[in-house]
Amino acid sequence: MHEPAKRPGDDVILSVKDLAVHFPIGGGWLGGGHQLVRAVDGVDLELKRGECLGLVGESGCGKSTLALSILGLLVPTRGRIVLDGQVVTGGQSGDRKTLARTVQMVFQDPYASLNPRQTVRRTLEDPLRLHGVTARSEIDDRVAVMLKQVGLRPEQAGRYPHEFSGGQRQRIGIARALILNPRIVICDEPVSALDVSIRAQIINLLLELKETLGLSYIMVSHDLGVVEHMSDRVAVMYLGRIVETGDWREIFERPAHPYTQTLIAAIPDPLRHTPLATTKGELPNPLNPPDGCAFAPRCRHAAAVCQRAPVPPLETRPDGHAVRCWRADEIAAQTALAST
Amino acid sequence: MKLGSSLIIGGGLFALAISVGLLAPWLAHTDPVMDANLMNAEEAPSWVWWFGTDGQGRDIYSRVLYGARVSLTVGIVSQLINSVIGVALGLTAGYWGGWWDDVVNGLTNLMLAIPSLIFALAIMAVLGPGLTSLLIALGLTNWSFTCRIARASALSLKRQGYVQAAKVLGYGDLRIMITQLLPNMLGPIIVIGTLGMGSAILSEAALSFLGLGVRPPFPSWGSMLSEARDQITTAPWLSVFPGLAIFLTVLGLNLLGDGLRDILDPQSRSRRA
Repeated sequence: MHEPAKRPGDDVILSVKDLAVHFPIGGGWLGGGHQLVRAVDGVDLELKRGECLGLVGESGCGKSTLALSILGLLVPTRGRIVLDGQVVTGGQSGDRKTLARTVQMVFQDPYASLNPRQTVRRTLEDPLRLHGVTARSEIDDRVAVMLKQVGLRPEQAGRYPHEFSGGQRQRIGIARALILNPRIVICDEPVSALDVSIRAQIINLLLELKETLGLSYIMVSHDLGVVEHMSDRVAVMYLGRIVETGDWREIFERPAHPYTQTLIAAIPDPLRHTPLATTKGELPNPLNPPDGCAFAPRCRHAAAVCQRAPVPPLETRPDGHAVRCWRADEIAAQTALAST
Repeated sequence: MKLGSSLIIGGGLFALAISVGLLAPWLAHTDPVMDANLMNAEEAPSWVWWFGTDGQGRDIYSRVLYGARVSLTVGIVSQLINSVIGVALGLTAGYWGGWWDDVVNGLTNLMLAIPSLIFALAIMAVLGPGLTSLLIALGLTNWSFTCRIARASALSLKRQGYVQAAKVLGYGDLRIMITQLLPNMLGPIIVIGTLGMGSAILSEAALSFLGLGVRPPFPSWGSMLSEARDQITTAPWLSVFPGLAIFLTVLGLNLLGDGLRDILDPQSRSRRA
């Protein structure tokens, strides 16, 4: 799973081009005073068939906003999203159903994401009916098969969510996301609300389903451990932009952006007794982002060039590893020097 | 008041009122309207006349039984109209927000600011007295609390994960409101509904007392009270028994509302399961 995927038919199933989502804040209908939060500001992203892309960043970096616009729940300010060759950035309600059959989502909190007044069967049946499956036998079959696939017994379909444990609920949530046979599943922190003992089970279930059903995942998470375990490629977001992206091994073994370096150094590791790296300060106010590199105020490598506009470009190296940092090469040289 | 005793007492009183209304033709001793006989006018309660008789010699017991029909019809039907209006407005306002929310909020505040009885009076004045106008008048004037509660529930429920999930699955707004939001806000709506029935019965009594309710000689508890006004010192049973009927029914509905609130609380649900 962790070998760089070099399949022959490596084609792109989802591509996001220069996507931006801005929210106006304040101002009222008395006019004036509008401010813009650039929650997502010019994101390019590609998801290949059968791949798991880890989307990493601290809260407020725009990863959820990005996920919601891919799902068609937020209308982007600019940019395009191409799904399986179709541009879906229109946002008409007719497209919503087509989109629903292509992209689905697994939610973070299995306690809030299941309707307490619906049995598991209704939770799985209703979407099928809505999407035109009417034959009773086919509905029953698909519900039963799906429950088995996520590791639940078909007899449990008549129960209500409160009769299940957290892990089982998350299995139901996964079943709901897969019942329409989507091609892409966005997993929004799928295990962070679960007991540590259950996490591995759910992660393995997700990986297994990805193989058997030929799914592609976008793993939204701030838990780098989970991302490291699941992802083929990783994209790191900071304040609405992608600051580094590449193969998972590249990112975790040779992180080039100071922000990624800090994130990785902050993974608690019981075997490596190195002190945890810390960043000073907070995520900058998205209403008033820094002129130059957004990470400059917190970066220990920041130089004069980093503080000034323009924002550094995301520069792609030949091996596909892309970094948004003016000083990436210098920092790499320094690190190499230090380690010899 | 453990183990739902308020639910049992309240439900019992309400069930009693309903069965009394339904079974009135069999339980009553005399016809409530036609069997007037001035020979036994204003008899005090006795073994013959359980609740006494009024100035025209009609049996109060029979009239109270038949009066239950009007009171309960008004209570149930007008509150149903209120609940439907309140839920429809509150749910859509909370879910959609924006200008529609402003409109609904304005309307709700307007309804809360005008005393509903005065508003009902105005509607009755236009429509004229009678049962249908009563139902319309009381059904249009008491939805503001239901609306507030439905709106507040919709606001909090629409951020739940399962509502997001329904959107992702391609559910339309109406389907989300009906299948995802409504079932989860039904508890408080039902509680407010039973309490509202009680106050609708009181409003009916008040409107009938003012002569705008059911036309005499047909009995309703309110109109009986109104007719008994002049004899309250000489024949107190004329007002005591219909008053008691109103009191017990409204008390029953309030206890029922309290009891239902305890039961419909989702937390107590999962505890029992």
